[in-house]
Amino acid sequence: MSIDSRTVDGVTILDLAGRIILGESSVELRMKIRDLVQTGNKRILLNMAGVSHMDSSGIGELVGAYATVSTQGGQLKLLNLTKKLHELLAITKLLTVFESYDSEAKALESFSR
Amino acid sequence: MVWRAEHAEMVKVTVESRLEYLDLLQTLAENITRMMKFDEEAVYRVGLSTRESVANAICHGNRQDASKWVDVEFEMHEDRLVINVDDAGDGFDPAGLADPLAAENLLKPCGRGILFVRVFMDEVDFLPSPAGGTRLRMTKRMYSIQEGARQ
Repeated sequence: MSIDSRTVDGVTILDLAGRIILGESSVELRMKIRDLVQTGNKRILLNMAGVSHMDSSGIGELVGAYATVSTQGGQLKLLNLTKKLHELLAITKLLTVFESYDSEAKALESFSR
Repeated sequence: MVWRAEHAEMVKVTVESRLEYLDLLQTLAENITRMMKFDEEAVYRVGLSTRESVANAICHGNRQDASKWVDVEFEMHEDRLVINVDDAGDGFDPAGLADPLAAENLLKPCGRGILFVRVFMDEVDFLPSPAGGTRLRMTKRMYSIQEGARQ
């Protein structure tokens, strides 16, 4: 999985691409989130448009990222969920936990300052 | 074309308990499902269910002990695909699994694999495996494909 980072309006956007699955670079996301939080960047938007595959372990990584950010008083939201990712989050009831958006502009507006 | 099988055709694979084999087995499951003329949605669901089941067998059943094997058997019937995933562990009680949809478990980092299998497959059973561990037996049925073809 690759992670590209950019900042827009004080929100860190992580553009994810590739697979978030068991045994394959899922630790990268965890470490990236941890580093961001430790440096005070607590408004994070995960752009999921480039995520081609996710399994239950990948869902666990998203949950872990959410917990890391939330417990530090931050916000983590999702952008551009594919139909399959949306289904996995719906099955696991995590759509009741994560805010997700189809528009980057609307996602950015939703972050409270 | 429709899938025809006068008797159940079988494909069986045995792998060491290494996560490197997950891709292989998911792809095999997807290819078998396509060969049986399931639609692409079913191909994805069977592939992911197989991946999750084998991951559980490796990680939980066999505790990633590479000396322990995972057997995956595909039974291709005319009206259904049955997949058996056997580990060589100590067995477990599925009733003891935490409910990943319970409020207190929603933010736990793991425990969702079997949920996906139960949602994506038509039947799921846990049985003792011939190797002494656990067998996860899951079935995907053909409905409209065969019905439409026979009309």
